[in-house]
Amino acid sequence: MAESNVKVLGTWASPFVMRVKIALHLKSVRYEDVEEDLLAPKSELLLKSNPVYKKIPVFFHAHNPICESLIILQYIDEVWTTSASSILPSDPYERSQSRFWAAYVDDKFFPALRRLLIGATEEDKKAALEEVVEGTVVLEGAFGELSKGKAFFGGDNIGFVDIALGSLLGWIEVIGKQCETKLVSEAKTPRLVQWADCFSAHEAVKDVLPDVDKLADFGLKLRAKILKALAPTN
Amino acid sequence: MAGELVLLDFWPSPFGMRSRIALAEKGIPYEYREEDLRNKSDLLLQMNPVHKKIPVLIHNGKPVCESVIQVQYIDEVWHDKAPLIPSDPYQRAVARFWVDFIDKKIYELGSKIWKTKGEEQANAKKEFIECLKLLEGELGDKTYFGGESLGYVDVALVPFYSW
Repeated sequence: MAESNVKVLGTWASPFVMRVKIALHLKSVRYEDVEEDLLAPKSELLLKSNPVYKKIPVFFHAHNPICESLIILQYIDEVWTTSASSILPSDPYERSQSRFWAAYVDDKFFPALRRLLIGATEEDKKAALEEVVEGTVVLEGAFGELSKGKAFFGGDNIGFVDIALGSLLGWIEVIGKQCETKLVSEAKTPRLVQWADCFSAHEAVKDVLPDVDKLADFGLKLRAKILKALAPTN
Repeated sequence: MAGELVLLDFWPSPFGMRSRIALAEKGIPYEYREEDLRNKSDLLLQMNPVHKKIPVLIHNGKPVCESVIQVQYIDEVWHDKAPLIPSDPYQRAVARFWVDFIDKKIYELGSKIWKTKGEEQANAKKEFIECLKLLEGELGDKTYFGGESLGYVDVALVPFYSW
């Protein structure tokens, strides 16, 4: 189904942008993909459409910009309701659980993962690694609760939490290789390992998750840029 | 629909206040239980094992954690009374954006102003005022962020007024 005025401003490497694309694929909504170069100065379009944070993704529908990936996901779910796949559950309690775990991914898990990527000292990296691994164990428990024995956090179909966490899988693999550890391990999180395979292979996901080597290369450049920005100036 | 409703809370918490305001606005009766944060109850630790924090809203024995999630839950279950969240998807997205902004910026910067001194405090104050200006811009000429009546953004922000 072709949709006019649907645009995603983002970058291939950003898990937050991937979330939006996965949601649009699930809903079979066609969109214009506008690439922002994270290693270059921010574009006029980005600065104008997200003046508060100046960050991607920005989602445009009928010229209205919407920012923050989880907010965009809910918007997409509420606007394109004719599709078979609902991203959030219909029951209010189950919705609250999905929101809770997506918030956990963004507020706890992702920051620890980021600290592991950009950790400057061995001590920083060790602390971040412990937090990330602990996070995966917590998420394994959440998967048990939410999936109710099915393949995804959303049950039979990919849902809000699947997209929130699954979009990080490329980076999880890249950062794991960098630390020479499997962050989502068979030993501690067997269900998540299986889930990760199912998620990555899904029709709506497989063309969105980036090539891991390309991402690793980008990761090095991004890390260098971030560390340079954080370094004290004389 | 009403069932048994318990709110585990701590009276000065702006997050707890959000849920209290939402419940009061809708006229929903509930049991308020004060937590001693230096000696957290078994119930709190059991109902919020991940964060071990208040507020926790317990509805028919099932916990809902995180104030923003609670307010949305309350609005969805008791949707026929005093709706807080806009019905239009775009207006909803805008309201969610500002509530998220309040969570990311107001609380964090407020804490910094409270806890730090010197240059760090001065910078936090400056940024805080910039954030308030953005919210002022969003409010415009309206009585409430929600228009004529209290809405989601109002409920999220007003508890910080006392602090």
